[in-house]
Amino acid sequence: MKLRIFVTLKPGVLDPQGKAIHKALDNLGFAGVNDVRQGKLIELDVADQTDDAQIDAMCRQLLANTVIENYRVERA
Amino acid sequence: MKTAVIVFPGSNCDRDIAVALERVTGAKPDMVWHGDSALPDGVGLVAVPGGFSYGDYLRSGAIAARSPIMRAVVEAADNGLPVLGICNGFQVLTEAGLLPGALMRNEGLNFVCRPASLTVENAQSAFTSRYTAGETITIPVAHHDGNYFADADTLDRLEGEGRVAFRYAGAVNGSARGIAGVLNAGGNVLGMMPHPERRIEAAHGGDDGRRLFEGLLETVGA
Repeated sequence: MKLRIFVTLKPGVLDPQGKAIHKALDNLGFAGVNDVRQGKLIELDVADQTDDAQIDAMCRQLLANTVIENYRVERA
Repeated sequence: MKTAVIVFPGSNCDRDIAVALERVTGAKPDMVWHGDSALPDGVGLVAVPGGFSYGDYLRSGAIAARSPIMRAVVEAADNGLPVLGICNGFQVLTEAGLLPGALMRNEGLNFVCRPASLTVENAQSAFTSRYTAGETITIPVAHHDGNYFADADTLDRLEGEGRVAFRYAGAVNGSARGIAGVLNAGGNVLGMMPHPERRIEAAHGGDDGRRLFEGLLETVGA
């Protein structure tokens, strides 16, 4: 089973990298970009019997730092 | 006092902290590999050094915090053993759950490498007893991810409980409330981004960092 884990900064957590990307887009002349937030995509290939609780545990214990990040799991 | 330094792949301040500990305690620390599962017997202080453990993959300190030796460090810290995390070591201790908050990319995105003025906020801890509260000291910083973040309730609690050990005297990295170093609830774990081990003798430009190790020697073991 293939999983895609999206890890994103929580709303309100400052994202200096997103800000720098935003500025670069502005410099390239792309008008109308309101905001940029940078996150991570982690792709996992796991055994088919892996249950939601195990996937959730992987995210909480390692893949995301829940102090600053949220995560979302997508099954491919 | 017997001390131990944890060494991860990518640590690069392990030798600096080893020299500082040997100069102050008179004994070479035990260098403990991340794959070990136990600390040496009779250790009075564990230092988690600076560097770029695991190349900062995933998040700074994230992989190191899940290494076998860190289970032993967390257990020892929970039992009151003094643990000092410097720079990447601070990131490792937050990732391991020994300290609250997280260290994010510097606000200005630049790697900051220079002497920094710090205000000593708590001079009562085992780590800071040789300082005076309110004193300004100079300790070098060298980091990319030193921007301390915690939610407002956590920051209020840290301040209320006197757990902010050091604060930057000027803008450095965008840290919440200028926090440079924090203590755990028991006061036996300190994480700080500045490098006291790089400021222990006149040839380093000053010795403000030396007093941290001298204070530890005095308070936690002879």
